[in-house]
Amino acid sequence: MILSLAWASLVRHRARTLLAVAGVAISAAMLLDMVMLASGMRVSFRSLLLAQGFQIRLAPRGTLPFDTDATIPGATAIMSQLKARRDVVAVSPVLGAQLHVERGAASVSAAALGTIASVQGDYKILTGRAPTIDGEAAANDALLSATVARLGDTLSVAAGFDPQLRAFTGQRTLRVVGRAHFIYLAAGERALALPLTSLQAMEGASRADRVSLIMVRLREGAAVEAARSAIDREIPVVSAISTATAIEQVEQRLSYFRQLAFILGSVSLAVGFLLVTTLVTVSVNERLGEIAVLRAIGVRRARIVEQILIEGSVIMLVGAVVGMGLGLITARYLNSILASFPGLPEAIHFFLFQPRDAWMALGLLAACGILAGIYPAWRGASLPIAGTLREEAVA
Amino acid sequence: MTENGVLVSARDLERDYSLSAGIVHAVRGVSLDVRKGEYVAIVGPSGCGKSTLLNLLGAIDEPSSGTLTIAGQRVSGLSDREATLFRLRNIGFVFQRFYLMPVLTAIENVELPMSEAGMEKSARRDRARELLAYVGLSERGHHRPTELSGGEQQRVAIARALANRPALLLADEPTGELDARTGAEVIALFERLNRDGTTIVVVTHDEDLAKAARRVVHMRDGVIVDERQR
Repeated sequence: MILSLAWASLVRHRARTLLAVAGVAISAAMLLDMVMLASGMRVSFRSLLLAQGFQIRLAPRGTLPFDTDATIPGATAIMSQLKARRDVVAVSPVLGAQLHVERGAASVSAAALGTIASVQGDYKILTGRAPTIDGEAAANDALLSATVARLGDTLSVAAGFDPQLRAFTGQRTLRVVGRAHFIYLAAGERALALPLTSLQAMEGASRADRVSLIMVRLREGAAVEAARSAIDREIPVVSAISTATAIEQVEQRLSYFRQLAFILGSVSLAVGFLLVTTLVTVSVNERLGEIAVLRAIGVRRARIVEQILIEGSVIMLVGAVVGMGLGLITARYLNSILASFPGLPEAIHFFLFQPRDAWMALGLLAACGILAGIYPAWRGASLPIAGTLREEAVA
Repeated sequence: MTENGVLVSARDLERDYSLSAGIVHAVRGVSLDVRKGEYVAIVGPSGCGKSTLLNLLGAIDEPSSGTLTIAGQRVSGLSDREATLFRLRNIGFVFQRFYLMPVLTAIENVELPMSEAGMEKSARRDRARELLAYVGLSERGHHRPTELSGGEQQRVAIARALANRPALLLADEPTGELDARTGAEVIALFERLNRDGTTIVVVTHDEDLAKAARRVVHMRDGVIVDERQR
């Protein structure tokens, strides 16, 4: 009966209740988006860095966190030194460069990664195979589309352009043997992978026996921090950073996102709370006479509290459920805008939906709905029966 | 109830209100006994304290001093929880402005006190139908209060007051909002209720309603100044 009364009180002023639900839904959508924003970049960066199972990254000394032009000299010797360690199971060098790609009338620039196919962790082959010998390459869809090329076609590539001679330098003809997805590159960025030695040769003397980055995979159970520290100490031309430290650094850099999300999320929660408190308080104020009569005929205070808390919670929960859907739609839209930011890896998401986030947002809203009903419930339950009836009669 | 048949026993009841203008002594040392099966009308000018006395008798207000015993149970001094339970089981209220729950149908309004008392749904539905039939509203059970006339609403309110078979029915100006014809119907209903054994205390300005009572208590300035048995 109390449930019926609570429900009937909500539907008595349908338009008002619907407006309140809409307000809570917007507030809930904002809250969900903020919770998703707080964890989205952090989680996607984390999974991106952990995806290929390399625990340590070596960059040219003094260039951390990121310097795309710097390279590590004496790569062969360093790799031999690393492979000699008992706790290392794989060493994956990467050289990055920018190449000019020509095919027919099409001439485009593309990011190039020189890797060793058997240990690389930068791309995944979608069709075909990885390039293993000189003259082979794997390209992504963006490059294949720009050059109207398919598997088996050849591409004419050059490492640079000499304006004095008006001619390309470091030219090669590469056969496309694989269609690849590059994990760390931005969506739509044209890219190709080729054997490390091929790219080093194309780049000339400035890149001979040099690499941009070396990724190290340790055997299972190895002490990552001890290995990192030893490598950092033993190889003076590199800075070694563990993936865990890289994640920590990323998290530190993203902390303002979390703070912003926390503040905006708190504001939206507070708005929802105040909206429901106001609505339920107004509703209770309109029904003081009815509540006094319920008390007079023997309805317990707890029942009055229950009824009013149910009213607040129903508004909050219905609004929250509607808001979850709304939040997912807006998050998807905002993510598509932000993901087009130049240079951002495709795998990075600003808004990442995780069921835990939705449950957290729902839990916060449910708690807020109950809290929002406390003041009006207290007001309704504590009113003096005789005095209220007298005032109602006078009114 | 005591052995001599006294259902309500009020002794030296006082009720003071602190207002900004000072203390108002609404009820001043009222002593009153009501026997089981009696029909008592409390009359007097506006502000004489009759509604305050009725609120005290109904345990919806606390006396400043004095004692009140109803059906053998001391009511003054009960905690809110105890007083609420006491009202649920022993008191039926009828108000001048009916105060039905507008969102519930007539039959649901009558069921409300029974639901609170924990009665099973089918049993309370049967009892509500029986009560609506008693007050002549068998066909109106599924109408909401806004779809009923004033007289019909008051009869539903009376049915609601009788729901838990209260020892005492209290009515505050039950004909105050009704025209002469519907007021007469309610008066007749009260007489029938009393004939059927219900103890009634009614506060009224309505001379016809007061005449229907077997005993009339006159109040002035918070005290009983006269009592007449018919």
